[in-house]
Amino acid sequence: MTLAIPRRSQVVLRGGDGTGLSAGDRAALAQSLLERGIEVSCRSAEGVTTVDMATLPAATPAAAWKPWFPVIDYSLCTNCMQCLSFCLFDVYGVSADRKIQVQNQSNCKTDCPACSRVCPAVAIMFPKYRHGPINGDEVKADDIRREAMKVDISALLGGDVYSMLRDRSAKAKSRFSKERDDDRALTERQNCLIALKKDLDVPAEVLAALPSPEEIMAKAEAARLRALAATRAVDPDAKV
Amino acid sequence: MSTQTTRILYCHCAYAKVVAPEVKTAVLHGLAHAEVEFDAVPDLCEMAARADPRLRELASEGSLRVAACYPRAVKWLFASAGAPLPEQHVRVWNMRVEPAHTVVEGLTAATVDDDRAALEERGL
Repeated sequence: MTLAIPRRSQVVLRGGDGTGLSAGDRAALAQSLLERGIEVSCRSAEGVTTVDMATLPAATPAAAWKPWFPVIDYSLCTNCMQCLSFCLFDVYGVSADRKIQVQNQSNCKTDCPACSRVCPAVAIMFPKYRHGPINGDEVKADDIRREAMKVDISALLGGDVYSMLRDRSAKAKSRFSKERDDDRALTERQNCLIALKKDLDVPAEVLAALPSPEEIMAKAEAARLRALAATRAVDPDAKV
Repeated sequence: MSTQTTRILYCHCAYAKVVAPEVKTAVLHGLAHAEVEFDAVPDLCEMAARADPRLRELASEGSLRVAACYPRAVKWLFASAGAPLPEQHVRVWNMRVEPAHTVVEGLTAATVDDDRAALEERGL
């Protein structure tokens, strides 16, 4: 068995009779390499094993960026742009032919599947999510019905998420000016975040990192205008 | 280990714990014991995020058998990296739900079947 490293991140294991490395050892070696983030190709040519593990990176991929980002199922996507107008982190963009795209994967907040929750077509997947159909499991009629109910954020939160935040911001400003009750404001914010966490499965860390309501509103408005511009290019009467 | 026309791709899903470790270990061992050629990658999601050119190579090399997660996710991950899979030549086994022996049997049996079909096509 021979080791060839055509590039830093790939190891080719060549095996065959008389290599001195059992199938079990070969599998264990492959596993060890994969957990260091190194690709492995098992090929049939014979040779001698010369893998020097000391020369390979010790860090496991867990130390690196967890590849968490939305994957669009274009067989279901209706290009409604709700994801673009919902996401506050500029993950989504629009292609030259006005098609929704995931453009900034690394902006996505790890373990946050919120945009998939607001997709009315159940077209957004996070392959590393726990549950279907967001994890890529087949979409069933019940899923579409259930997601459609969740998508009805108006029913869920008394308006869309941003109008809810806008209302809360306005009420808070009004209340602060009258009462300056910081404790009550904090409780309100916590209640709002608990509702979002529960209904959209947004991790607490993401909620804690959210910008101020004013910044959220500004970002949401910018995203809405981008979505509207993209949609109106196709349908002049479209509303987002 | 035999040379084969069908490629086998194994995803270790190294960045998350959604595939049971014992299933991953058993599939890797199964492939090694089956003496088939295969490519193993740390994480298809991570490769798709980087639009790794290897995905295009894999998608364009004819018959492909994949051990990973949900087929719908794998299909659109490749597509997101600009490497659409030719559906008629690709089969995906889902290590999140299928037992290891089913995955290994599927990958290796399919390989044998496809190789036989390829040989028959060539009149051999």
